Amino acid sequence: MKLSFTTLAAAILAASPVLADLVVPNMSYRTGPYAANGIPYADGFNDYFTLLNERDGGIGGVRVSVPECETAYNTEKGVECYEALRPQNPLVLNPLSTGITYQLIPRVAVDGITLYTPGYGRTSAKNGSVFEWVFNAPANYWDGASVAIKHILDQEGGDLSGKKIALVYHNSAYGKEPIRTLEELSQKHGFELSLLPVDAPGQEQKSQWLQIRRDQPDYVIMYAWGVMNQVAIQEAVNIRFPMDRFIGIWWSGSENDVRPAGAGADGYKALTFHGVGRDYPLYDDMQQYVFDAGKASGAGDQMGSVLYSRGVYAAVVIAEAIRTAQELAGTPNVNAAQVRDGFEALNITAERMAELGLPDFGQPISLSCENHGGDGLVRLQQWSAGDGQWSLITDFIEPDADILNPLIEADSAAFAQESGITPRCN
Amino acid sequence: MIYREAGDFKTSYRDDSQTFPIRLDRWGYYITLAVAFGIIPFVINDYWANAVLVPFLIYAIAALGLNILTGYAGQVSLGTGGFMAVGAYSVYKLMTAFPEVNIVIHILLAGGITAMVGVMFGLPSLRIKGFYLAVATLAAQFFLVWLFNKVPWFYNYSASGQINAPTRTVLGHAVTGPAATAPAKYLICLVFVFVLAWVARNLTRGTLGRKWMAIRDMDIAAEIIGVNPLGAKLSAFAVSSFFIGIAGALLFAVYLGAAEVGEAFGINKSFLVLFMIIIGGLGSIFGSFAGAAFLVLLPVLLKNLLVGGLGWPTDLAAHIELMIVGALIVLFLIVEPHGLARLWSLAKEKLRLWPFPH
Repeated sequence: MKLSFTTLAAAILAASPVLADLVVPNMSYRTGPYAANGIPYADGFNDYFTLLNERDGGIGGVRVSVPECETAYNTEKGVECYEALRPQNPLVLNPLSTGITYQLIPRVAVDGITLYTPGYGRTSAKNGSVFEWVFNAPANYWDGASVAIKHILDQEGGDLSGKKIALVYHNSAYGKEPIRTLEELSQKHGFELSLLPVDAPGQEQKSQWLQIRRDQPDYVIMYAWGVMNQVAIQEAVNIRFPMDRFIGIWWSGSENDVRPAGAGADGYKALTFHGVGRDYPLYDDMQQYVFDAGKASGAGDQMGSVLYSRGVYAAVVIAEAIRTAQELAGTPNVNAAQVRDGFEALNITAERMAELGLPDFGQPISLSCENHGGDGLVRLQQWSAGDGQWSLITDFIEPDADILNPLIEADSAAFAQESGITPRCN
Repeated sequence: MIYREAGDFKTSYRDDSQTFPIRLDRWGYYITLAVAFGIIPFVINDYWANAVLVPFLIYAIAALGLNILTGYAGQVSLGTGGFMAVGAYSVYKLMTAFPEVNIVIHILLAGGITAMVGVMFGLPSLRIKGFYLAVATLAAQFFLVWLFNKVPWFYNYSASGQINAPTRTVLGHAVTGPAATAPAKYLICLVFVFVLAWVARNLTRGTLGRKWMAIRDMDIAAEIIGVNPLGAKLSAFAVSSFFIGIAGALLFAVYLGAAEVGEAFGINKSFLVLFMIIIGGLGSIFGSFAGAAFLVLLPVLLKNLLVGGLGWPTDLAAHIELMIVGALIVLFLIVEPHGLARLWSLAKEKLRLWPFPH
């Protein structure tokens, strides 16, 4: 066994991409209880880089290689993937798992690799003066919680006193993230918050939904992922909870989550930080260069779905950061540290998004040394079971900075003290 | 012909009762130790340490611990994941509360705390047996995971309930935290494995181990010949939990660096360690190592073979890997229900007779 291991290790080293390539690994999960959500995201991420390679010959003339590694949303496999990918000199890692992100945050700072966690991970990583190597633009969990409450305020005519809001969450680091924000918001607006944890993977939630049926909260906010989404929406349908009062975070708002509940899921709302559907010019190129050429990732049936779009969006931001880094460094062959600088100088305007073929798809992103999280604007989408598609129902809404900024400050200060980091950017 | 005891004369009782009575075995043991301590630390890289050897060594400790309880003392336990969580959260609380104390002491203390918790959950074993005890320990598993999720004091009130291992050093080398090097992580685990395996081996062939085995084989008969079931069962729970607690502490502090109780120490972990000892061989020190190697190394090997070597898509490889490991487990249990350890001793038996079998 020893011998075969070493020969294999040698084979892997030999198979690793040419050094001149830009390496952006895809830490995906296409198996396990989260596969239904992991597959479209991974496909979108791969396909965008395939498009860049096929249409433009890569970024700045250098091809991008996207080695894929299966994590199954499991932290131990995540460690294995990280170690397997590190010798290939990755520029940016996007693990799509809050658990793996927490594990990698201290490691990437030592190893000098950028961690890009759009819409997930550790929220206080927005504070770039403490988290030098981590970026979580354009929006984070706390932005999501705040915008959900703002939307509810809108619905209720600006007054939430005496209202009951329940949070149904995945009982993990991910699901627990919004609790502190919602607690602060409940004090500010005077609503009553009840917390209903669901243990991973989340196939059993009868008791939580019975409790909701008994307590009759006015709104339910959900932070779920994987199989937990489908079960929760089905359970909500079963107890006839009004769907337009049920708001999921962006990870609980894909087609795969609502379809199993059929017509009952009509009107379910979810937060999002990007557009949906195929009506973007980028997808014409994608069809021509990737799908028609038979180079699509996976089964090739995901284009335009919510999570596919999110995978594409993550790839777009990474590609733009690499492009910025190339301009700053004056060379197309950038290294990980230069890409980090590229992220910090990132400025994606609305015009630039239109140029990329994604007009009005995402918000403008402008990052700096202090701000690694962007503006955190979030919009809402609603599911129409009849048409079988999501439609955007609000414009971008700004989160409540008065509540969020002190929380981010406090949490990042705690991390800085714990790990002996002196804040930068002064 | 090569492997035999003929000509290997013992002149004292001490020699006769040593762990490896056959000279070739003894050499094999010394060579393994020499390679493990003398060569591997100098050639090990991050991938080999973090993805292969460190998890193997840590799971070997957990398997040793469970084997003492289930294999030697006959008490089935499904609480391994929960007890590992006790070790992990104890070491986390100790590391953050007393940063000036050496991490090795914290890991040992975490083992001690887990031993106490284990004894507490072992008390029902005096009344209930077999499957019913398994259910009682299953309750321990779910209770402990719930506890570490529910009470914020255990994770120092962090917003997400994650625990992170800060950097701690042994003899000036970081062994936990992001700055720890591959040889340092490997060596700290190896030292724990070496000492604990040595302790386990000598406990199980002494008075205590004989008491455990007597209880396992027939507790009424054991009681009649003077074995106190209270002492024997509780000591098995204590020693086993001590091992498992140390494994949990190392898993969190050295291997993962950050953990979340439901994901890292869930029921799956209990089953994984139980499968290790069933496949490795119940009531065998070698079996604990073989089982841990089988279930830790084989998936990594298959992944590298299928994805790295043959270039298969990652999802296909992951599914095939599950099927291959599952099929091999079934095959092993059909061909040799007593596990890899029995297979190994049969092979040795055959080698002794070779090339002239009866």
